Amino acid sequence: MNLALKDIQHNLGRFVLTTVGVGMLLMVVMGMAGIYRGVVEDATLLIDRIGADLWIVQHDTRGPFAEVSRVPASLMHRARAVPGVKDSREFVYHTIQRERDGKPFRMAVLGLSWPHDKGEWVPLVAGRPLAQGHFEMLADVSLGVRLGERLTFGKETYQVVGLTRNMISSGGDGIAFFTVADAEAIQFDTSGEAVRLERSARKSRGERSELGTKQPSLVEQASKPSGELPAIARPQISAVMLRIAPGANVQQVIRTISGWGDVSVRTCEEQTEYLLKGSVDKARRQLGLFRVLLTLIAAIIMALILYTLTLEKIHSIALLQLIGARKPVILGLILQQALLLGFGGYAIAYLLGQQLFPLFPRRVIVTGGDLWQLAGIVLAISVASSILGIAKALSVQPNEALG
Amino acid sequence: MDNTPAIEAIELTKVYGSGNTEVVAMRRASMSVRRGEVVALLGPSGSGKSTFLTAVGLINPPTSGQIHIGGQFVLDGPHARMNLTSFRRKHVGFVFQKSNLIPFLNARENVQIALELNDTSPRAAKKRALELLDNLGVKDRSEHLPTELSGGQQQRVAVARALANQPSILLADEPTAALDSVTGRQVMELFARVAREHGTGVIVVTHDHRALSVFDTIYEMEDGLLIRQSASTTRVSEAIPHSSETAPCPG
Repeated sequence: MNLALKDIQHNLGRFVLTTVGVGMLLMVVMGMAGIYRGVVEDATLLIDRIGADLWIVQHDTRGPFAEVSRVPASLMHRARAVPGVKDSREFVYHTIQRERDGKPFRMAVLGLSWPHDKGEWVPLVAGRPLAQGHFEMLADVSLGVRLGERLTFGKETYQVVGLTRNMISSGGDGIAFFTVADAEAIQFDTSGEAVRLERSARKSRGERSELGTKQPSLVEQASKPSGELPAIARPQISAVMLRIAPGANVQQVIRTISGWGDVSVRTCEEQTEYLLKGSVDKARRQLGLFRVLLTLIAAIIMALILYTLTLEKIHSIALLQLIGARKPVILGLILQQALLLGFGGYAIAYLLGQQLFPLFPRRVIVTGGDLWQLAGIVLAISVASSILGIAKALSVQPNEALG
Repeated sequence: MDNTPAIEAIELTKVYGSGNTEVVAMRRASMSVRRGEVVALLGPSGSGKSTFLTAVGLINPPTSGQIHIGGQFVLDGPHARMNLTSFRRKHVGFVFQKSNLIPFLNARENVQIALELNDTSPRAAKKRALELLDNLGVKDRSEHLPTELSGGQQQRVAVARALANQPSILLADEPTAALDSVTGRQVMELFARVAREHGTGVIVVTHDHRALSVFDTIYEMEDGLLIRQSASTTRVSEAIPHSSETAPCPG
């Protein structure tokens, strides 16, 4: 006869409610691990999907994912001339926050090097890649946009021609893909007044300088629109992506580009590492600490529940001892209930999580490894939390049944 | 019937504390109960009855004295001569005032658990439990929880459990205190019956003087001293006709 099951059967409603409570707590523990995995996955997904072999970034920066990086657009052509480089592309990446329907609208803007890159590598769940050099965009479904919808950023309107799923930046914002030119236009969009003020300031500075005084034509030139000035470069890009030709010596390419004083070169692995050890690291550690804390809380709550359940059974335990129950029978009664509570809670956590995690704003990725790890933790806390109850049960004397 | 006493307690003394706080709860108490004999133990509260009962029940060993149960030398003072838990399981049955039964087990399971703890297979234990409940007239309540049984029915189930492993001795601590007089008398009858039919020695601690005719021997305890008072001349089973709640014993 299984005494643990008989006792549970006797107080089934209460045990089920307690198990659901423990299950919800374990679901949060499970979710924390899932959110952590989601953060890591989101952070590294883009780097993995883009598939660049090398990244040329601003000198001594870890960009463009870990920090701001600015390199001249012409760098793409310089890099393409390096022996062993098969292909080079511009890369623009930044996050914007605008307003849409009266609510904040955040998205990560990623520029595709049109016409070489139309976004064919981007996994679409609907629509098509970019088909023209301007005014089209691919957007992640998490941004809440629909296929064919038109969105205005700055002075231009862009149509959503393709939808992606789970293309999220390390900050948790959905990614939208534009051509590099459009991405820059969105980033560097300035109002007419700002252009006029900047041009006026440029003229004023020129007039105050000795060169402007000696050569007034220079001041006149400087007052023209920036696009007409050969000395003013087009907006800078975030990085240049390189693909190495088959059979080429990657180290040689790295050595060559590292010799340039104005930029640094990073491998794909380094980019991932910078990201995980940089911006994602704090979130990762925070989630990890929360997970440890929640696990401890779950253990304490389970211990208290089991202790209370044991206290309620003190008379029955004394009675069992009086009629000759061996210690393992008493120990089994408490331990089996602890395990049933733990693994019942675990099953509820899993089932609830399957329903609730997809509704979370950020991805919650529950891996098999994490599930096994949590199962091990649940086993450990079930055993550990039953110790209080077992200690109490074993301290009960048979004569307590007589009182 | 075997002539070996069901239990023989020899000069049991129990001392609590030491020095200035020393309290002698029981002084050189001796008792011998034959198989099938029903003994009453009377006495005011604090006289040492429970100390005596827990000593002979192998729960609270005496400071000195000897206890023999079913012919086996079990306790020599505080020193156990064998595993007391195991011995108690096989040779001693308990019935007491209230909360006798495990609340989360039904009547049959309350009896069955005593058998299973003594390594009887679940199938055989179930069969034996139902037989015992049938013997004691509560088989029809076998699947009911203790809270669904009357006080008398609960005591019958408790007696069935106490008898499950055919113990040498059955100890009852005020088993009728929570019962009305009619039910209390029926329970006392039951002890007399089972003592006779199972050859079990029965010691009943009681305050219920109305049922003293049930007992073969009456002891009284006062200030830790155990005094044999009298021997009842008429057993209840002979003097009182079976009540409607008393089931006939087979065999």
